[in-house]
This record gives sequence, structure tokens and C-alpha cells, in this order.
Amino acid sequence: MKFDTPATTNPIDRLRVVGKPTDRIDGKYKTTGTAPYAYERHDVVANQAYGHIVGAAIAKGRIERIDLAEAQAAPGVIAIVTAADAGPLGKAQTNTAKLLAGPDVQHYHQAVAIVVAETFEQARAAGALVRVEYARAKGAYDLAGAKSGAATPDKSEHPDSAVADFAGAFAAAPVSIDATYTTPDQSHAMMEPHASIASWQGDKLTLWTSHQMIAWSKRDLAKTMGIPAANVRVDSPYIGGGFGGKLFLRADAVMAALAARKAGRPVKVALARPMIANNTTHRPATIQRIRIGARRDGTITAIGHESWSGNLADGSPEMAVQQTRLLYAGANRMTRTRLALLDLPEGNAMRAPGEAPGLMALEIAMDEMAEKLGMDPVSFRVLNDTQVDPEKPERPFSQRQLVKCLQDGAAKFGWDKRAAKPGTVRDGRWLVGMGVASAFRNNMLMKSAARVRLNDKGVVTVETDMTDIGTGTYTIIAQTAAEMMGVPLDKVVVKLGDSDFPASAGSGGQWGANNSTSGVYAACAKLREAVTAKLGLATDAVFEDSRVKAGGRSAKLTDAARDGELVAEDLIEYGDLDKKMQQSTFGGHFVEAAVDSYTGEVRIRRMLAVCAAGRILNPKSARSQVIGAMTMGAGAALMEELAVDKRFGFFVNHDLAGYEVPVHADIPHQEVVFLDEVDPQSSPMKAKGVGELGICGVGAAIANAIYNACGVRVRDYPITLDKMIDRLPQVA
Amino acid sequence: MKPFTYERAATPADAAASAARTPGARFIGGGTNLLDLMKLQIETPPHLIDVGHLKLDRIEDTPEGGLRIGAHVTNTALASDARVRRDYGVVSRAIVAGASGQLRNKATTAGNLLQRTRCPYFYDTNQPCNKRKPGSGCGAIGGYSRQLAVIGTSDACIATYPGDMAVAMRVLDATVETVSPGGAKRAIPIADFHRLPGSTPHIETTLVPGEVITAVTLPKPIGGTQMYLKVRDRASYAFALVSVAAVIQRDGSGRVAVGGIAHKPWRVEAAEADMPRGAKAVAARLLAGAKPTQDNAFKIPLVERTLAAALAEAKAA
Ligand SMILES: Cc1cc2nc3c(=O)[nH]c(=O)nc-3n(C[C@H](O)[C@H](O)[C@H](O)COP(=O)(O)OP(=O)(O)OC[C@H]3O[C@@H](n4cnc5c(N)ncnc54)[C@H](O)[C@@H]3O)c2cc1C
Ligand code: SF4
Repeated sequence: MKFDTPATTNPIDRLRVVGKPTDRIDGKYKTTGTAPYAYERHDVVANQAYGHIVGAAIAKGRIERIDLAEAQAAPGVIAIVTAADAGPLGKAQTNTAKLLAGPDVQHYHQAVAIVVAETFEQARAAGALVRVEYARAKGAYDLAGAKSGAATPDKSEHPDSAVADFAGAFAAAPVSIDATYTTPDQSHAMMEPHASIASWQGDKLTLWTSHQMIAWSKRDLAKTMGIPAANVRVDSPYIGGGFGGKLFLRADAVMAALAARKAGRPVKVALARPMIANNTTHRPATIQRIRIGARRDGTITAIGHESWSGNLADGSPEMAVQQTRLLYAGANRMTRTRLALLDLPEGNAMRAPGEAPGLMALEIAMDEMAEKLGMDPVSFRVLNDTQVDPEKPERPFSQRQLVKCLQDGAAKFGWDKRAAKPGTVRDGRWLVGMGVASAFRNNMLMKSAARVRLNDKGVVTVETDMTDIGTGTYTIIAQTAAEMMGVPLDKVVVKLGDSDFPASAGSGGQWGANNSTSGVYAACAKLREAVTAKLGLATDAVFEDSRVKAGGRSAKLTDAARDGELVAEDLIEYGDLDKKMQQSTFGGHFVEAAVDSYTGEVRIRRMLAVCAAGRILNPKSARSQVIGAMTMGAGAALMEELAVDKRFGFFVNHDLAGYEVPVHADIPHQEVVFLDEVDPQSSPMKAKGVGELGICGVGAAIANAIYNACGVRVRDYPITLDKMIDRLPQVA
Repeated sequence: MKPFTYERAATPADAAASAARTPGARFIGGGTNLLDLMKLQIETPPHLIDVGHLKLDRIEDTPEGGLRIGAHVTNTALASDARVRRDYGVVSRAIVAGASGQLRNKATTAGNLLQRTRCPYFYDTNQPCNKRKPGSGCGAIGGYSRQLAVIGTSDACIATYPGDMAVAMRVLDATVETVSPGGAKRAIPIADFHRLPGSTPHIETTLVPGEVITAVTLPKPIGGTQMYLKVRDRASYAFALVSVAAVIQRDGSGRVAVGGIAHKPWRVEAAEADMPRGAKAVAARLLAGAKPTQDNAFKIPLVERTLAAALAEAKAA
């Protein structure tokens, strides 16, 4: 199905099942421990051996020698694979560094060997006996130091943008700010580590794994192993979180495949927690310079955003300026993205890449600007709203309710109680403040396919390689199929994550929900045609209550399958609607935070997000996405930072004791409101994404609340007490 | 983890004797620290002696009017004991400020005292660390040291003692009771129990090899307002950046011990004379000679400010 004209009324609009706050259909399996994650799939293949990956002990250099004698002689050891005997390996385009080091080492904890043994403990113990001699090379590990040598990246589409005369307008602006902000390297820190079980049947490889993008995983595993994609099957029905860390093929998969080939039996591998930060990808640190100029009435006349990040050679930059091209009006504009060469592990996508760190900076700058103008920060944002792409005014937004998000949010949150003067509200030893930020994230369209089956019991089975990374995909796909076929939810079976199923959009970039359900919509539309043809009914038949009705006639849906199962497969593909109109999602974040006037400890008290993101397919799972994202945004604001050792070139705090993420006590109260919105430009589902919108802007709302509470402006994340303590008010 | 043998000791003296027989043997209490370190091969004991069955799990009154806490009393049991909560509130508060409910259910009094540093370089066996591998150097000096010590450090090691409970015990002048391999018993004042790193950071206490802890005794209650203020980056489940255990009397006199800043719970009795003069005066004497790194210099003002918070809280109580 080609989606190239805006959606009109369709069966989804009935909202009998779609749009309802349905419990997750996989919830009962997850809460009872019966949803097997990749490492726990003991039953899929017999005789599984355990692999343990040995990571490089240096950040950059060469492996001079590997002595495997002791490890090989250790109890239970079956096989050891290193680059010396792995055979030629390809490298997928989506991987910057190789997944197996040797002879060169490109980053710390890059895999250098995998040890396979009968038990996990034996594999790990033998891993410690692999003796590697390295020749260390000098590397670059400090973004601030490498910034001056940063270059224009080749990979990104638009490293620079310019409209009219930014420099002139900025210089002429009566009110302006020019400030630099930094965001640190961050780790996805998902609950389930990267894990895979690999098994060869002749030259065919099966991988049970944990991955967000099945088709990419299959393609890239084939490419890396140098075998035809047709010989690879990937299966990943349950995923314990990814946040972008499982978008691309990683070492668990490749090392399991290599190990299984050498061992001659299935091998399972999980990345040990202390390896994940340095072995896999992370959100790269940024340095961002923002300049805003405005007239005294608050109208922005110039807005400029520059961002520097680092990566390994051939890596991509963090596109932190992205939202600044679209979020606020302003006649004179510029953005610039620069990339420095660093020898830290590979930087790549993490939940809302670009916007998440970009808004952390931009939305502080907006707060600072509002203060300079003597304006309320909500009013300042509202004044500078735009209903068209500011770079191409002929392109309107398909839907844009930023102003309503901010105004409704302000009313609901009690924003009028905010003291404009920082540091003036006290509650015992706490200084209390409120902050606001806009949320913005683009809506991305990706083709997505599905197959649907109808049997004579009236059961509709959906098959697609789409993944449920904890987001609720199983449920919204079931709701979509139930709505389309006019059956109750319990008559729908959803099968996901198997590369033998039609290729879907996968889970990433908050594109999963809208595109994958649209693919299911397309397949169901085809199945409906097969049903009406079989029943001899007009094609405009109504499907409801497990019946099909048209022209005064009505038949049982099951009748259509009485001679055998009906099967339909289709995909959704998109025309250029998203070129004609800008499709984005919007929100307003409101935060009340308290700062301990003695210690500088920050404790969030309340959070509210008002979101406008197209049709909300399931308000319950959507809310879970947004509160999860707000929690992650709180982590980014207050504690998350991969600490770089600038001498040895690695992330030092590489476990969950050292890399702190929020705990329950950090998140006392959250509220989420979804504005009524349908976006006929986005898809037949008229939905967009929310899973990343929720993190966009939260960090700045917290930063702004902290400033409002105690009068200390921190421009370097995370906002920890050490950055405030010498500027807090005197204590007795 | 390296393979190891395991035994259950029947008496403290047997445990000590067995430990003396097997070089490198370790006692195991709740295992919440030791087993993690073994999995990472930071500790590689060939033999474990389980001290969980020595009937050291009681809290008893002492003839002196204090309390004797068996080495194997769990953190949860100790923190929730009615006498502890009434007379030694600082201990109870310190314990519940640490770790998580699950860990406290498992962790023991002796094991808690002996928990090892959380220095990230100590935890990464690719990195130099004099504490883990004597003579290999110190990765933290010149590296990432935000969490680490600001006082009592050496050129060999700047690690902190990370625990909470011991800071409270230090402020109460607790005593650690032990049995040595020869069967001799001793009582070690907690002030002398943990050592500064000096040139031998791998030797963390004054226990001799094989010496087993049997109890910790607390002297007669000293009253006062008892507080444990733990400052950290997140609201729970994190080690202290700085913690302050304080007992403040109505007349403004009091005691204070500080966690998170040194290789041992940090207390300078002489500084306490300045308590009525306020936090600034006390902190100045408490931290005299501190040598923070650039990463952790904030701990100096933080100690003063946290102590000020404690004094204000005591005044309001
Ligand atoms: C995730 C996490 C978070 C934590 N957070 C905190 C925190 O915030 N604050 C805090 O204070 N602590 C914290 N801890 C540490 C925790 O308090 C300790 O792990 C625990 O107290 C150790 O007690 P255990 O009985 O399990 O000791 P074990 O692990 O069994 O032993 C520790 C050491 O003590 C020795 N030992 C045990 N018993 C004896 C004995 N009778 N005689 C002589 N030696 C003995 C062992 O040989 C070993 O060397 C945390 C731990 C974890 C894992
Ligand atoms: S500070 Fe101490 S524990 Fe940390 S690396 Fe240095 S020697 Fe090891």
C-alpha cells in the first residue's frame, strides 16, 4: 500500500479497540518470568555451550601476541576464537569499529577473543587466562582538546544550514545571549545486556538474540560473516530494552557465530555488564554554542546553534542542532555540526539522538534569554512559535500544537505560582523552583511489512519482524488487527521478531509504533479484500463483531476461512507527504525541583509532560513510554555521565554502580497528558511517535527549575552538586 | 571466578585456625561484597570459610550498659533492633542509608565493616592499582577521582572506605572484638581498626591474617540528637560523596565522624571542641592537611555545609 495522499476516514477511526488503554498482552509473561529473553532460550537448540568475550585492555594500539595456552588448558574449555583464526570478516556499514579487534585495537574493551566452555563460570575463568600483549599507541580522548581540529562531517546530511544574515542580525539584536553548554557521554544502560545464541546447521546460521532491528541484524551479520543473507535467520521476540544500543549488530552476535562455528555446537554469549559501556555504542558528548538575538518585545531575530562531538574515524556526529532548524521562528538562522576524531568507543544513536542533547542546551538558552528579556519563559516560547518550517516557509507543519502543550501544561502545573525571581521560595532547608522546556522530535516514515492470517476459528494471526523492546508493540499491533478485522483482542495472535517474517520498520527513532501498525493496516486491508471476495460481499464491507456486513447482507468472518486459512501480506510505503509538510511531535515539560540549600543536592518533586503526537494508539503504553523517557531525562539532567579517563582513553565508571541512573526515590510524581490529535499526513493510523518525545527537553526543564530554585545556572550536564556548591547561598 | 574450596566453621577459633592454615583463605559472611570481587577476580581466595553458623547473630546487653552486636547480625536486624533505634539512632540511620533492602538482609555486621573500596580502578583488572596488585601503581591518581579521598591519602592510594555503618560506629567509639588463629581474643577500638593507605594500601585494617571478628560492642548510650546525613548524586542506592554521622547534645557540644572522604571513617576528636562555634570551625580542624584532587575538591566545602545542616537540624530538634 502506497501512502501518498492524506488519510481519509478508515476503519481505525472507529476506535473500538485502537486508542483504548489496553494492558500489554505480553505483560503477564514478563511479570511471571515466562517471556524468555535471548540468553534464557534454553529450549531452542540443544547442547548450548557458553561463550565469554575478552575485551581489549587498551584503547588504541596493536595486539603484539596472544598466548592461549593456559586458557586452552583450563577446565571445560572447548574453543577459543581470536582474529588470528576467525577468518576474514566483513564490516557492516552501520558499524564504525570492527567487532573483533586484531591486530589493531580501535577502542577499549573491543573484543579480542571469545572463550567457549561447558559452563559460564569455566568460560569466564578461562577468559582471565588469555594473555594478551599490547603495544599502546597514543590516542585522542578529550573532546574539548580535539575541538579545534574538528572537521565538517561527511556522513551527516546537513552539517551546515543558513538562512539570511545570522551574523548581522545577531550583532544588531538589542537583547542577546551567547553561551556554551556541554553534555557528557552517556550509556544506554538497558536492563538486558546484549545477548545472543548462535547455531549453525551446515552453512546456515540461526541467531537468537536481543535486537531492535531484525532486518538490519540479519543483513549485517551476513555481511560480517561473509555468507549470503538467505542463510541467516534472526529471532528476537522479547527485548529487555535497547534505547538505540541494540539498533546495530554488536559483538555478542558476531562472537557467538564465530564461536559456534569453531566449537561445532551452539554457543550463547551475553556481554558482561562492565563491558557494555566501552564495548558497545554510547551517546557521544557534545559541546554546543548557542546564540540567540531578539527584539526587546521578545521576537527572535537571530538564532544560531553549533555543535561539536567526537567519534572514531568514519563515525557520525551527534546531530544536536537538528531541532533548532525547526523549533522556533526567527528570520536569520544558522546551524553548524562539527566532528572531531576521538579514540573513545563508538558514539551512536541513543534515545532521541540529536534532539535529546540538543534540547538540553537549546532549552536552557531559551530560559536564559527569557530572563534577559524579563519575560515569562512560557510566553517567550509561545511568542516565537512558528507554524511553518522556518527555513522553508512554504512547508507548513502537518500538525503543531506546541503552544497548546505549553499553555495547557502551565495551567495544569500551576505555573502561575512560579516566582520569577530565582532563589526566593523556601521549604525548610530546601530551595524550590519550577522550570519549563519545549519538547520536539521529528516523525520518521519507514516502510514496514506484515503478513496476516485468518483461520476458521476466527483467529487473526499477525506475523512481522517488528520488535517489542518493552514499548508495547505486541499490544498496539493486536489492537490494529482487531480493529481492522472486527474481532475482539483475544482473537488476535501477534508473532514478532523473526527474520522469516516480512520486514518491518523495526524499533528506533520513535518510528516503530506508527510505521509497524501501518504495515499491519496495509496487510489487513488486503486480507479484508480476500475475505469479501470469498464471501461475495462488496469491498466496502464493515468488519465488526466477528462479522462482515455489506449491502444489507452479513456473514460470519469465519465463513471466509472455512475452506482453508486466508493469508495476506503487504507493506506500507510512503510518498512525499513528509516533504510537502513537516511532520514532528511536540510537547511541554514542566518540573518542580528542590535544591538542598546546604548540600546542593537536587530532588525532583513533580514532573508533567503535555504531548501532541498524533493519534495515541494506546494511552497506557504511550504513557509508560513518556514517563520512562522523562525518567531517563532526569538521569541525563542529574547524574548520567560516562567519565572519561583522558590518559588511558576509556569510560571509567563502566558498571551500574558507577554509572548512576535514577532510582524510584528520584522520581516521586509524574503526570502525562496527550492532546487530542490525529495526523492524516503521517499514515493511515494518523499516529506519530512518543517514545522519544518524552525525553526531549526534560533535562533542560530540570536545569531551569534548579536555576529558578537556587539561582545557580549550570551549563554543563549532569547538574551535580559539585558544580553548584561554591555558588550556593552562605550557610551558618 | 576461580574455583575454591568451602567449609563451614563450627566455632570462631576453628574459623581462625583454618584461615591460618590456608594462605589466602577468606571468611564469608553475607557474601555481598566478597562474591562480587571474586567474580571479577579482584579477590581470588582458594578457600572460603563460612562464618555464618557460629551463633554470632545475637544482639545482647553488656554489663557496662552497652550493646554487643554479633558479627553475623544482619544489617536489617541491626538497623531495626528496638534498642539500637532508641539509644543508637545514628547506627540505625547509617545502615538504612546504605545499599538496598535486599543487600541489607544479607549483609552482616563484620562483612559491612570490612567492605572494600569502590574506587573504579580497583574494579577494573586492566588498570594499575596498588590495592589490588601491590606495586602496580595507582590508576586513580591523575585519573577520574571524583568519589575518592581528600584526606589521609598517600602517593600510593587515594581510595575511600565506602561504608556507612562504620562511620556511625566510629562516632560512638565502638569496639571490634576478635579471635586470632592462636585462640587469643582482642578488643580493637574502632579508631584503630581501619588503616590509612600509606605505602601498603592493600592492608586495610589492623586485623592479623586469620583473625576473625566475633562482635562489635557499643558503649553506654550517650543520648543527644543522633543524625546520619548522607550526600549523594541520587536519592538512594548510591555510595556517599560525603556523609556525616553526628551526635549533638543540648548544650551544643557533640561528636562528628565523616564518611566518603578518607580510607577510614574520619574523626578528629580535638576538632569537636569547636562544635559550639559552628560547622566552619569544626570542619577547618577536621580537614586540616586535606589534599583533594581537582575532581573531588568540592568535598571540602561539602563537609562543612553538611555538618552545618546537621547542626541546624539538631538545633531544631
Ligand atoms: C550494589 C551495592 C550497593 C551498596 N551500597 C552500599 C552503601 O550505600 N553503603 C554501604 O555502607 N554499603 C553498601 N554496600 C556494601 C554492603 O554494605 C556490603 O557488601 C556488606 O555490608 C558486606 O557484608 P557481607 O556480610 O555480605 O560481607 P562479605 O561479602 O561476606 O564479606 C566482606 C569481607 O568481610 C570479611 N568477613 C566477613 N565476615 C567476617 C568475620 N566474621 N571476620 C572477619 N572477616 C569477615 C570477608 O572475608 C570479606 O573480606 C553496597 C553493596 C552493593 C553490592
Ligand atoms: S586509589 Fe587505591 S584503590 Fe584506587 S587505583 Fe589507586 S591504589 Fe587502587
